[in-house]
Amino acid sequence: MTHPPYLYPAYKSTVLRAPAQELIMPKLGPDSIEATAPVFGHQELGTRDFDLTTQHAGEPLGERITVTGRVLDGAGRPVRNTLVEVWQANASGRYAHLGDVHPAPLDPNFTGAGRCLTDDEGRFRFITIKPGAYPWGNHHNAWRPAHIHFSIFGTAFTQRLVTQMYFPGDPLFAYDPIFQSIPDQRDREKLIARFDMDLTRPEWALGYAWDIVLGDTPMEA
Amino acid sequence: MTTPSQTVGPFFGYALPYEAGPEVVPGWRPDAIRVRGRVLDGAGEPVPDALLEIWQADENGRVPRSLGGLVRAGHDFSGFGRCATDSDGGFWFGTVKPGAVGDAAPYIAVLVFARGLLKPVFTRLYFPEDAAAHAHDPLLGAVPDERRATLIAEREGERRYRFDVHLQGERETVFLGF
Repeated sequence: MTHPPYLYPAYKSTVLRAPAQELIMPKLGPDSIEATAPVFGHQELGTRDFDLTTQHAGEPLGERITVTGRVLDGAGRPVRNTLVEVWQANASGRYAHLGDVHPAPLDPNFTGAGRCLTDDEGRFRFITIKPGAYPWGNHHNAWRPAHIHFSIFGTAFTQRLVTQMYFPGDPLFAYDPIFQSIPDQRDREKLIARFDMDLTRPEWALGYAWDIVLGDTPMEA
Repeated sequence: MTTPSQTVGPFFGYALPYEAGPEVVPGWRPDAIRVRGRVLDGAGEPVPDALLEIWQADENGRVPRSLGGLVRAGHDFSGFGRCATDSDGGFWFGTVKPGAVGDAAPYIAVLVFARGLLKPVFTRLYFPEDAAAHAHDPLLGAVPDERRATLIAEREGERRYRFDVHLQGERETVFLGF
């Protein structure tokens, strides 16, 4: 099983929110609504929505990075023109969200939300800053490894994926129940981006590469 | 191969919801319906940090291929809606009732993300006035009798429906696996 289970008690919020009953497996035809997905167009997005570093008057603090990758289906084919949304904490590990009470500074030049549509090769690209680690109340001395949240649509509603991209070599992986909730270590590693010197631009930004593979659509399964 | 899911977490509120998200069609459309409900946890407490998405056929049972899920132009039908829950676990959508597709009774596909959900839950919203069609719906036929009502919205008035999502507990909503 690639995905985490619903119930993973080490992540406390799962205890009262995980469904306990068996899931019902519908038989879907090609015309079932869940076998299709909404479509979005470039005219619905801002032309600079992929750049999280130019949304305000000044440059955000932190280590400038690019995150590039492809959205692929289970057979390795590109998923074109699909909406990819991202959100993240700032370089200090603080979200621009009222509910975040971590006593780290907000950055007036960084909101931390972006989106784009994949191109004909299934490729996406974001310009951002590396997010900081931050504490959370799950257990004593709990810290989330640095991560960027990703939301991807795909070509069937059943492929809808929300996940988190992590950074290589993070010392917090072993202590993070959200990361550890994925049963298989090889699957966990699929969430860790690769530092790429070829994507790194001199005097400007470090480059990270990360591909996303969606589950089979109901017609492929 | 597949990239694993992770929770949406508690801090998506400034990134994923957008103003037109819940209003799939404008309220002035004569055939507009309104659905409201709450997301509740296993203790019956509201889930104030959930995100719901709906995806549905148009009123004639056709799969929408129109753009406009993010920026509503008011005249085309994208079929997609998104609403974050409020402090009381409440959400709403303004849309049209979908036509039937294939041999299924009319329904809206519903997806719920939340802090504490390491992967989303999928469900369906069926309509109470379609009891005759429900008797032949393949999915409803696979659901134990005593749980079927969790998939059927309640009528609250003219073109108004209520649909609560119980993540866990005695009235746990039927969730789908794909």
